[in-house]
Amino acid sequence: MDTILTAKSLYKSFGSIQALTDINLSIPKGQVVALIGDNGAGKSTIIKILSGVHRPDSGSLWINGNEVNMRSYSVRMARSLGVETVYQERSLGEKQPLWRNVFVGRHLRNALGFIRVKEEKDLTLAMLRNSIGLKGVGISADALVSTLSGGERQGLAISRAMHFNSALTILDEPTTALSVKEVGRVLDFIRSIPDRGNSALFISHNLHHVHEVADMFLFVARGTIAYQCRREEMSVAELFEQLETLSMAPYDHERTVA
Amino acid sequence: MKTTLYNYRLQLGLLLLLAGLLSLFIYLSPQTFLHRRIYVAFMSTIPFPTLLALGLTLLIVAGEMDLSFPSIMVISGLSFSNVAQATGSPLLGFFAALATGAFAGLCNGLIVVWIGVPAIIATIGTQFFWRGASTLLADGLARNLTNLRDTTFHDILVGRLFDWIPMQTIWCLLVALLFWLLLNRHIFGDDVRFIGDDIGTAKMMGVKTDTVRIALFVIMGLISALASVMVCLEMANWWPTQGEGYLLLVFAAIFLGGTSVFGGQGTIFGTVVGSIIIGILEAGIISAGLSGYWTRLVHGLVIVLSVSLYAMAFSTRRK
Ligand SMILES: Nc1ncnc2c1ncn2[C@@H]1O[C@H](COP(=O)(O)OP(=O)(O)OP(=O)(O)O)[C@@H](O)[C@H]1O
Ligand SMILES: [Mg+2]
Repeated sequence: MDTILTAKSLYKSFGSIQALTDINLSIPKGQVVALIGDNGAGKSTIIKILSGVHRPDSGSLWINGNEVNMRSYSVRMARSLGVETVYQERSLGEKQPLWRNVFVGRHLRNALGFIRVKEEKDLTLAMLRNSIGLKGVGISADALVSTLSGGERQGLAISRAMHFNSALTILDEPTTALSVKEVGRVLDFIRSIPDRGNSALFISHNLHHVHEVADMFLFVARGTIAYQCRREEMSVAELFEQLETLSMAPYDHERTVA
Repeated sequence: MKTTLYNYRLQLGLLLLLAGLLSLFIYLSPQTFLHRRIYVAFMSTIPFPTLLALGLTLLIVAGEMDLSFPSIMVISGLSFSNVAQATGSPLLGFFAALATGAFAGLCNGLIVVWIGVPAIIATIGTQFFWRGASTLLADGLARNLTNLRDTTFHDILVGRLFDWIPMQTIWCLLVALLFWLLLNRHIFGDDVRFIGDDIGTAKMMGVKTDTVRIALFVIMGLISALASVMVCLEMANWWPTQGEGYLLLVFAAIFLGGTSVFGGQGTIFGTVVGSIIIGILEAGIISAGLSGYWTRLVHGLVIVLSVSLYAMAFSTRRK
């Protein structure tokens, strides 16, 4: 099967905390993969490595069948290879207008680096009009992020990812701050990603949501992928059971190195 | 219309303040403030701190700080006078000054970004270092530069356009325009804003934060060198305490102008108008018959009041 992204044997520590040990995963083209696991299991750390924010201590990454050079891998490079991420937190500049947030790091610009402001504002407005959770009256491209509610912020971050229509969209708990209706729309969006032949990697603590949209589940426990299976193999109830079993397993003392 | 006015309330407020002050000074000492001479004098002195304030505005928007620019001025000015005197070419001297300023700025940038020392601490250190180095290298003596008065380079940088407009005003306005474009219309300014807003976010959004931060310190070094060469030429002199008086003026101008102390936001227009207000205050105070000792007090007061007012207006109290 064709994979959009494969990670081999990723290790990552923060000081004395061994956050990830021997992570192996592949994301098939046209499928939605879910990462499930307890708080602090290492899910966000995995996606931060995949999206170029953190550099792993060791391990390799393959995108579209080509190995990427981990020394030069960065958020920019990830994006140019078609990997787009909606982070769990701090993904928006609070004091900046919406249009700058939509295009930060990849502005439409001329040869001298000057931003095509008018065009970006128009695109932002269009995005706001048919986006998730941003139906508030009087929203303008010049509004500051600090004036948005938590749900609106999440909506903006997701709309931004939708706009760029990437080969792999990574979403870290995208539904936590949203109302029931908006959650439905986010799930619809994730479900629609494979229609265009693209893939998604999706983190959520809500196993009902996970079961609804994902083709494959990866269970993360204590910094490693403890179990994985396909949707057909498990009911929602079994997902709960499996998660419970994994979090009950005895603590592996080797995880914290001196 | 109403919303446009509201959006520009800060700019309008500053312009009103400037107009109010000017009216007050004209009322208090009409013989001084109704004469063209004082305005020409303003145009020859105000551009120096304004240039510095422009460079520092970008740094402050990025959440950084530079207290060493007065000393970067003095060491670049020394390079300028040494090379200009040795080669007889003020242009070569100018390049030497720019190289010195860029190098000093690069040092600040590397200490802050690579080693990780907070900018305020690092630049207090480099401030003393460069000041000390300049005094040592010059044996504490001033340099006379009167022989550069008749050079074309002098006329281009600080000559009098149409025999009355000081060229430094023109240069300063050009730099202001350039920085306005950078901060508001260029990807560099966008990166600067996001870095000041939240450097973690900037990184996650793919901003090359290290490069941009170092570049900002280098730009500040270049601006300090430019200001220093202009001051040397205007005064026909280099002296070991050059630039010392600008620290307070520059901070007063920036914060009066409305650039956020917390980073992420700033205004070039505000910095320019703020610099003008700070620049005319001194003359106003003196021609109103008060002693020069009042100016420091007033400048200090301006910093505290403007920062407090903005803090209240934007409710930035830590919760
Ligand atoms: N930048 C960091 N510095 C130090 N430790 C970190 C850092 N980021 C993560 N960690 C640690 O790594 C471990 C995994 O964290 P991670 O954020 O990946 O968990 P998670 O599975 O996303 O949890 P949650 O479901 O709560 O979001 C935790 O022990 C965390 O404290
Ligand atoms: Mg997480």
